[in-house]
Amino acid sequence: MSVKKIMGIAAVAAVFAIPAMAESLKVVTLGYRTGAYAPNGIPSQDGFVDAIKLVNERDGGANGVTIEAIECETGYKTDKGVECYEALKKDSLVFIPRSTGITYQLIPRATADGTTIFSMGYGRTSAMDGKTFPWVFNFPTTYWHGASVAVNYLLGENGGSLKGKKITLLHHNSAYGKEPIRTLEKLSEKHGFELGIIPVDHPGQEQKSQWLQIRRDRPDYVLMWGWGVMNQVAIKEASNVRFPLENFMGIWWSGSEQDVVPVGEGAHGYKALNFVKVGSDAPVFKDIKKYLVDTGKVTGDGTHIGSAIYNKTFFEAMLVVEAIKTAQKMHNTKMITKAQFRDGMENLVVTEETLASWGMAGFAAPISVSCDNHTGQGYAFVQQWDAKKGAWNKVSDDIAPDMDVIEPLIRQDAAGYAKENGITPKCMS
Amino acid sequence: MFYRESGEFKSSYRGDNRTFPMSYDVKIHIFMMLVAIFVIPMVINDYWAGAILLPFMIYSIASIGLNLLTGYSGQVSLGTGAFMAVGAYASYKLMTSFPELNIVFVVLGSGIITAAVGVFFGLPSLRIKGFYLAVATLAAQFFLVWLFNKVGWFYNYSATGQITSPERTLFGFAVTGANATTEVRYLFCLAFVVVLGWAAKNLTRGKIGRSWMAIRDMDIAAEIIGVNPMMAKMSAFAVSSFYVGVSGSLLFTVFYGAIEVTEVFGIERSFLILFMIIIGGLGSLLGSFIGAAFMVIMPVLLKNILVTGLGWPTDVATHFEFMIVGALIIIFLIAEPDGLAKLWGLAKQKLRLWPFPH
Repeated sequence: MSVKKIMGIAAVAAVFAIPAMAESLKVVTLGYRTGAYAPNGIPSQDGFVDAIKLVNERDGGANGVTIEAIECETGYKTDKGVECYEALKKDSLVFIPRSTGITYQLIPRATADGTTIFSMGYGRTSAMDGKTFPWVFNFPTTYWHGASVAVNYLLGENGGSLKGKKITLLHHNSAYGKEPIRTLEKLSEKHGFELGIIPVDHPGQEQKSQWLQIRRDRPDYVLMWGWGVMNQVAIKEASNVRFPLENFMGIWWSGSEQDVVPVGEGAHGYKALNFVKVGSDAPVFKDIKKYLVDTGKVTGDGTHIGSAIYNKTFFEAMLVVEAIKTAQKMHNTKMITKAQFRDGMENLVVTEETLASWGMAGFAAPISVSCDNHTGQGYAFVQQWDAKKGAWNKVSDDIAPDMDVIEPLIRQDAAGYAKENGITPKCMS
Repeated sequence: MFYRESGEFKSSYRGDNRTFPMSYDVKIHIFMMLVAIFVIPMVINDYWAGAILLPFMIYSIASIGLNLLTGYSGQVSLGTGAFMAVGAYASYKLMTSFPELNIVFVVLGSGIITAAVGVFFGLPSLRIKGFYLAVATLAAQFFLVWLFNKVGWFYNYSATGQITSPERTLFGFAVTGANATTEVRYLFCLAFVVVLGWAAKNLTRGKIGRSWMAIRDMDIAAEIIGVNPMMAKMSAFAVSSFYVGVSGSLLFTVFYGAIEVTEVFGIERSFLILFMIIIGGLGSLLGSFIGAAFMVIMPVLLKNILVTGLGWPTDVATHFEFMIVGALIIIFLIAEPDGLAKLWGLAKQKLRLWPFPH
């Protein structure tokens, strides 16, 4: 009986605990500090929350309004993400899903509820079409842009032609890993390279057979769409089968310190795409030290500051803050609503000056978002791991994707979604 | 005091064979049904439906299905997740191939397709038992998930391999898709739970259920007294898979709306349903419901207490959640190896004498 009594009391407590206070703008970051993807999930959350904390501590929030970053633990599981969304959707400006699976899950719900989804560099690529997906944003880039940037980089390496080359895609066997396949197929038709596709099942701890196949096929290049433990296992296996690592390139989620450090010397030369600079030499890191590290307010243990994932999600939070400011300016109010925040996202412009004002000059390429283009310009660059120095070196300039190939694919996919779901594509404002 | 049997006189065989022999039980049951049908839809919000009641009802159907197979017929299965996937993919193919088909028939059709698949993978049960059968069904789990990932036809060659449920209506109300309201989705699932629960209760009380239990308790003896083992085992697989398929179909169409097979229907799902029936009580329909409630509601409840209520960091809370749920499972199983349903039965016994035990 006593157990039942406790459970009863707890249930009542839970029901009354849900209503929250107003007076701050809420942004929700779903994440995973537990489970198979925690090594990547922890710096993701730390970077995002630190950025919001910094804005609150240093600038007193967005134009004086405190921003509250609410963390939700999903363990990379869809049902947990949905549960969290349903619990917090009422007065949260934006949800950051941090998983392509959860993003797909939330897109129809958020569209029906009028909640903004911001999937930075992952999620559904065709959300670029803001007429069909008014509530979904995926700037500054997507997997299709990324696939094209990777191929453009390889084109540059090979004097403009990939005829007769073999490129293999090693991908996480999930919605995330399957995203680039269609683009790469189109690009292989256009440039005449041979495309091989090798899936790795969750979580990717065991990849002997995949790498045996790669050794047998002898591709010129291997591209990787991996996440979590799959990345380091792949890099380890690549170095075991003596695959030249400078010909092995990951997407931005396969290019963090957690992926290469465990492999040690063997990871030297591995490449990855990225869209924000790695390292902690930008002026903003002095502020992080002053306002967060020295005051003990830093999230987590602070060891991830300046790492690849931390910097990406830090940048992501700054974009959210900038969108809030844009919305405040547009609607001339400080406590913006969910719909006003969406307008801020859609009219977001990040220039070199904006970046410099954050103390992050040259951190990433400028972005401008519009109703027609929720993705922005899709620039990315290539970084290479130096195992001796233990640092990522930027080895290319910002590379533009081949929009002639991607754009029709995106419009086609968006039109298909609109038709399936009875959406009439139009701009909201 | 409660559950008094005095005054319960049965004067006909019909009365003696009632599902709920005590009038008190009948009253509670009717009361709960009225609340579920008329009161809850009035007060329900998206959170309660989306996070608690819908998954609870859908997993209840799956755990009834597995309980019919494992608890009543004694055939261990580790392929529940894959059979749910069959239900989900069957409804996706039915919905996209026959857009005019009513959603009720989509769900039932998915159940029937899953039943056929279940019977096929149940064939080894005619030759093998116990752990060996578990391994055979494990093969079904991995094979089916691989199949739905590998063959593009199942997901209509969509770019990501995800399947998305289009909007379908019933009596003019959207049941699936983003525009379906919480109340409609709740009532739709409730209808299936009620009808399937009622059917399961009566199946287990009738000839077919008795033949399952005979096979479970001792298959050779059952054969000697005239139970056809092939019919009994195959029907158990068919009926169980039907339930599991309906549950998978509802999970996809009504609850998630978009699904990816490896993530949603992996081996963890099979174990989850198996844990539900072990904790709830093998061979008990009430146990199926209690087990589903325990496994669905407990983590959500703990999250709300630890994170929302006490303000703990989310990662610490999640780790504690694992520990607390794990510890509770062990404690309940030590306290009552026959599951929570048995615990409820004992509580009922005590209530009859309360407050004056001997």
